[in-house]
Amino acid sequence: MDIYLRRTTMWYGGLGLLGARVLRNLVLPPAYARHVVREIEIMGVRSLAVALTAAVFTGMVFALQSAVNMARFGAEAYVGPVTALAILRELGPVLTAILVGGKVASGITAELGSMKVTEQIDALRALGVNYVKRLIVPRLLAALVVFPLLTVLGDVLGVLGGMVVMYFERGADMYQYWNVTTYWVVPKDFLMGVGKSVVFGFVVTLIGCHNGLATTGGTEGLGRATTATVVHVTMGVIVADFFLTKLLLSLFW
Amino acid sequence: MSRVPGPVIEVIDLRKSFDGLEVLRGVSLAVARGETFVVMGGSGSGKTVMLRCIAGLLRADAGQIRVFGRNIEGLGEEELLPIRRRLGYVFQGAALFDSLSVYENVAYALREHRRLPEREVRRRVLHALSLVGLDGDVLPLLPAALSGGMRKRVGIARALAAEPEVMLYDEPTAGLDPTNAKLVADLISQVGAGVCDTSIVVTHDLELARTVADRVAILIGGRFATAGPVDAVLASPDRAVQAFLAGEAR
Repeated sequence: MDIYLRRTTMWYGGLGLLGARVLRNLVLPPAYARHVVREIEIMGVRSLAVALTAAVFTGMVFALQSAVNMARFGAEAYVGPVTALAILRELGPVLTAILVGGKVASGITAELGSMKVTEQIDALRALGVNYVKRLIVPRLLAALVVFPLLTVLGDVLGVLGGMVVMYFERGADMYQYWNVTTYWVVPKDFLMGVGKSVVFGFVVTLIGCHNGLATTGGTEGLGRATTATVVHVTMGVIVADFFLTKLLLSLFW
Repeated sequence: MSRVPGPVIEVIDLRKSFDGLEVLRGVSLAVARGETFVVMGGSGSGKTVMLRCIAGLLRADAGQIRVFGRNIEGLGEEELLPIRRRLGYVFQGAALFDSLSVYENVAYALREHRRLPEREVRRRVLHALSLVGLDGDVLPLLPAALSGGMRKRVGIARALAAEPEVMLYDEPTAGLDPTNAKLVADLISQVGAGVCDTSIVVTHDLELARTVADRVAILIGGRFATAGPVDAVLASPDRAVQAFLAGEAR
């Protein structure tokens, strides 16, 4: 128990310290703009299929389930806004963060962990290169762009998926569906989800980077670190989501 | 680049432990400009730990480390970077960037720290490779395509390309066959006589020490058991030193 507590404290401490170093390094030269663009391509373009497929099917299944159950008390007309609100405020940012985050962060952990165990990070340091600035900052900046963008695209496809399934499965009028949805959904709902995705992008990438840099124990340790990242990212997003929701609701609602 | 009088690297009473196990128990050394200082010791004696502390890659628990006249033990990672740029560190396993070609590996520090036209970078890369006996044919190769000896030489070329004032070699002949080990030993001598005249070499290879050392120290039990000119150290009456040397000679 004592060892577990110490490890947990050290993990959170390490994550906090890395976060602080990243923030300090944001203002230091060089900018590494080319690397940021490259990371946006790696994280964003290569995660597009995963994020969008998940979004469209989530929208469809949510609308279908809502329709069947809301019809029992005569509220099927409100399936559109319910689906849209759920996707924009919760499902879009959370699912994107868990799916894309798990993929991206475990990839980062594997790459940085491999560099760590083969002394490549020490080689960078020995060459006088600021490894936080070179390896971590570009990934975090890229995540701050990629996660909101993927969330917005996921939101659009999720809402459209719900609308399409309601048209084909329940014979809903698409014009009416859209009108009711846009009547009840306000820009704040959309912005709340996008705001969350920015925080999730930062948290998820920071976890991936931290676990990679903390890798010890050769290839076996690398496997452990990568698995731990998937768990930490999933838990981190779910827990952060609750506190973010509380915060955003108290500030803007 | 400021030249400092006295030792370029000075270590006083360096101590370092890992999980309660004391690896270094008060190591002191001073390396003057133009000198090749060899630290010998068995596996796990703390040679690499000492070298990594000198380069600021590891934090010492106690003691002083002065590099180019500046105490480094209290410095943060960002403050250490300009000092490390004046050192060339050759890792035991070469630690080449495995996703980059030989050219990109050797050019790395030049591209990071100096605004040079690509033509000049290429000229310097080819020069650094020629110093280690490699030609332009290896430029596009990835580290995985190189033999162990070639990897070591590329590692040395990468460190030399940045024109360091002091070279730090960590077990440069470890894992090499006798031919490649001799080649690397000759190379370190040539580097010492030419482009970078000050070095610290950490090794358990007695032959390498004989070839390159101006002074040798033997690290036993976390302390230097003896230090001095090669011949004097080899003739040391200390039983632990003689036992170590006999073991290495076998």
